[in-house]
Amino acid sequence: MTTSELQFDAPADPAGEGPVLQVEDLHVSFPSESGRVRAVRGLSYQVSPGEVLGIVGESGSGKSVSSLAVMGLLPSSARISGSIKFQGRELIGQNDAELSKIRGRRISMVFQDPLSALTPVYTVGDQIAEAILVHRKVSKQAAANRAVELLDLVGIPNAAERAKAFPHEFSGGMRQRAVIAMAIANDPDLIIADEPTTALDVTVQAQVLQLLETAQEVTGAGIVIITHDLGVVAGFADRLMVMYAGRAVETGLVDDIYRQPRMPYTLGLLGSIPRLDVGEKQALVPIKGQPPSLTDLPPGCPFAPRCPMVVDACHTAEPPLFDVDGSAEHRAACIRTNEIAATDAEGAEAAVEIFGAEVIGEPQVAKVPREQRETVLELDRLVKEYAVNKGVVFKRRVGTVHAVAGISFDIREGETLGLVGESGCGKTTTLMEILGLQKPMSGEISVLGTNVSAIDAKRRFEIRRDMSVVFQDPMASLDPRLTIHDCIAEPMQVHGYGKDEINRRVPELMRLVGLRPEQLSRYPGEFSGGQRQRIGIARALALEPKLVVLDEPVSALDVSIQAGVINLLEELKSKLGLAYLFVAHDLSVVRHIADRVAVMYLGKIVEIGEVDSVFDTPRHPYTQALLSAIPIPDPVKERQRERILLTGDLPSPANPPSGCRFRTRCFLHASLPPEKQRVCIEVEPPRETQAPDHEAACHFAQIRQVL
Amino acid sequence: MAGFLLRRLVNYVVLALVATFLAFTLASVTFDPIGVLQQRNPPPPAASIEAKKRDLHLDQPIPQRFVTWMGGVVQGDFGRTITDRPITDELGRRIGVSLRLFLLGITIGILFGVLLGVVSAIRQYKFSDYFATLFSFILLSTPVFVLGTLLKMGAQGVNDAVGSNVLIFVGETTPGFQGNWFEHLGDRLQHLIVPTLAIALGQIAYYSRYQRSSMLDVLGSDFLRTAQAKGLTRRRALFKHGLRTALIPMATLFAFGFGLLVVGGTFTERIFGWFGMGDWLVTGISAQDTNVTATVTLFVAVCVLFSGWLADVLYAALDPRIRVN
Repeated sequence: MTTSELQFDAPADPAGEGPVLQVEDLHVSFPSESGRVRAVRGLSYQVSPGEVLGIVGESGSGKSVSSLAVMGLLPSSARISGSIKFQGRELIGQNDAELSKIRGRRISMVFQDPLSALTPVYTVGDQIAEAILVHRKVSKQAAANRAVELLDLVGIPNAAERAKAFPHEFSGGMRQRAVIAMAIANDPDLIIADEPTTALDVTVQAQVLQLLETAQEVTGAGIVIITHDLGVVAGFADRLMVMYAGRAVETGLVDDIYRQPRMPYTLGLLGSIPRLDVGEKQALVPIKGQPPSLTDLPPGCPFAPRCPMVVDACHTAEPPLFDVDGSAEHRAACIRTNEIAATDAEGAEAAVEIFGAEVIGEPQVAKVPREQRETVLELDRLVKEYAVNKGVVFKRRVGTVHAVAGISFDIREGETLGLVGESGCGKTTTLMEILGLQKPMSGEISVLGTNVSAIDAKRRFEIRRDMSVVFQDPMASLDPRLTIHDCIAEPMQVHGYGKDEINRRVPELMRLVGLRPEQLSRYPGEFSGGQRQRIGIARALALEPKLVVLDEPVSALDVSIQAGVINLLEELKSKLGLAYLFVAHDLSVVRHIADRVAVMYLGKIVEIGEVDSVFDTPRHPYTQALLSAIPIPDPVKERQRERILLTGDLPSPANPPSGCRFRTRCFLHASLPPEKQRVCIEVEPPRETQAPDHEAACHFAQIRQVL
Repeated sequence: MAGFLLRRLVNYVVLALVATFLAFTLASVTFDPIGVLQQRNPPPPAASIEAKKRDLHLDQPIPQRFVTWMGGVVQGDFGRTITDRPITDELGRRIGVSLRLFLLGITIGILFGVLLGVVSAIRQYKFSDYFATLFSFILLSTPVFVLGTLLKMGAQGVNDAVGSNVLIFVGETTPGFQGNWFEHLGDRLQHLIVPTLAIALGQIAYYSRYQRSSMLDVLGSDFLRTAQAKGLTRRRALFKHGLRTALIPMATLFAFGFGLLVVGGTFTERIFGWFGMGDWLVTGISAQDTNVTATVTLFVAVCVLFSGWLADVLYAALDPRIRVN
């Protein structure tokens, strides 16, 4: 058989056939120490050929479990009942051998974490070829050739060469491409993508989403895309299913759900995401509490304990999916759905109204012009380089990683500076340099006017009081063996606070971050992620700092929890007049919380300035690409948007391009005539003022609106 | 990679020299062969004691004795035993005995250890897993000499039941055995079965524990799920993707297990009357023989370092992530 026989069939006419996948009353449960966890409780949905169904929900909502059930990949301890029909054929009850003939051939899957999804010991090409060989009688050579073609199709440059590489030699984005290549290798009829972009940077996320669309076009397959990010599915999915506590709580066409959500949970989800495209201060809807435990659900609507519209009737029985607005397409599981329909507001605004969210005010100090406020942190041409060494016994230096290559910015009292950029751009290194309070390799760091290069250990210790940090992972940043009281008290003990004062202050801090002081004797393990992050914030505030460094403080949290923490941070800033250095990759969150934003690329700040100015009128091509890569939770806008897709991955900081570091991936550079291109290659662009409080480092900076 | 392995090898030569020198010095300082000689009854003549001293170079300082001995070793002469027989002649024979005894036992131990570990992991918390765990812990906590003795009793039972000496558990061959090569092989196998079991059982128990936990790490991994999502059956995914990856951390264990066992099997050799390297070390020490002790130590050092080197090679062969650096 030749390679040409392995090509894709022409997509079938979707209208002519029945659904590819039909799930009816699916139940999945697992044994656990506290009883059976009913992860999926009566789920029904269907996917037509060529249709894209988005499944949205938070962690623990059963979205991944239900799709693993379709694949037959649940552990043997899972108990499954109901019906899963694929092309009219029942899958439940089939044995592994039968299912394995369908898996990878008719239904394929793309997983969340591309870093661990490939077997480390086989080459990428071999693993893709294996997907073909396992289903078709072709020669090894034909399969290998096809693997190269597929890698080429998914946009891996120099595919023939790269097919021989091992997974660890691929970047995260490239590995996800390889997984997609594997998924489309046998021209499947259904592709399940489980959080396919969650682990990736925004620019890579945009590439991968584009690729999934391409994959859908070439295979004509139906796609189920599972996500917690309402932005991701807005432009891509045709229909949406929102899941909560193991059930569908709202289903319908994408446009209908975003415009007229009819279930309070969906409303809350929509209202809880900060919008990249909203300039004025937006009120974020925090959904109080946390998802219920699935071992022992009380009767009634599982969302009732968190619902702002709850009435007594909600507790009597779990509502089924009702048709809303007289359409069988749009259904919601809420007994008060008609009342929601009666509100005039649409989408997120309705959520703000129903949940009663408020815009959080600015701190007093913000009324003083920026120049007159105290500078809490100033970096001046900060440099941090790492040596790359080779050799075991005799180390020799073979290169230098320019992690931070001369960055300058300042933060004033009561101000939030958002520091954004892709992973590997030097955000974390910058942060560690600031927190280290050591003399930098080159350049200067000043905290509250004190240059840290010239201070002794005693003064350094004193400065630490004015500066604290909140880490990304709330699970790992609290010592599991300390009670919450001890966690929060520790900084005060270190800095010599009296016992009485500590005992007075700790409960006060608990209340400040919205937790109950009665819980102080508990251990971190007893708290949810959002609560732990609040504890981390309380600890950071213990010494009454002037500056709090926040390292991706909400990226590990579920969306509904995230909004609550963002609101808390804003309140605290307003109440205590704090200054924040907010490091994040999520530009929507940054737009919401920051006053100023600095965009980093390969160790340099390429654009910095007042947040609205940078977001509305970005001057640097990288900022433009970054902004355009972020999906907006608005299907209509999202479909009309033109994406700037960056090619390739971040170059190695050990060997950055000459001149402008961004030029190798720059679409503007590519469009320039050769004599102008030479400027980019030879001269490093300086940071120049583009507008009041708005600087960009590009030779050919021009405004391009991308939102 | 080849350059890296070569450099390692050079390092190892130095390490082996140091280890041998230390053992030689320690033996020379503590051993008193002349004292043993003098206590003989009737006492040997003074002249022959002097001659013995000269033979053993006891008039020289220890480092010089080491250099003299090492000079011989480089040329393939390991000196003479205290009873004045050339060590070199016996060395080859003894290494052969040890290898014949352990090679099979270790191979069986590794194969079945891995298999048992994998089964245990796949069937975690089921009866077979509990059974394997119990089996392993009992074996691991049984000293070799107890196990050896039990096996001997078991073998005797088998022999009694069959009515002839099928399983022989003393020595390597039947002394004065006549026959063609095939019959010789049969005779050797009859001698080999019981000691091999004694070695293999402990090894199976030991490796299966490690293999179980390394397999469990892999069982929940995403790439195994990907392999199944591609259409591999669970069994095939487990062996082709799972076991292959789970074997990587085992490489070091296998390599060093082999190196240490060849010389650490003193008990096994003594119980079953095989005169290999382990046995020689004990005899050497009790005879206060510096040369034999140093020779065995050198052999141990070479074995252990070779194992380390083998582990590096195995790692590189199994794990492409290592190969790059």
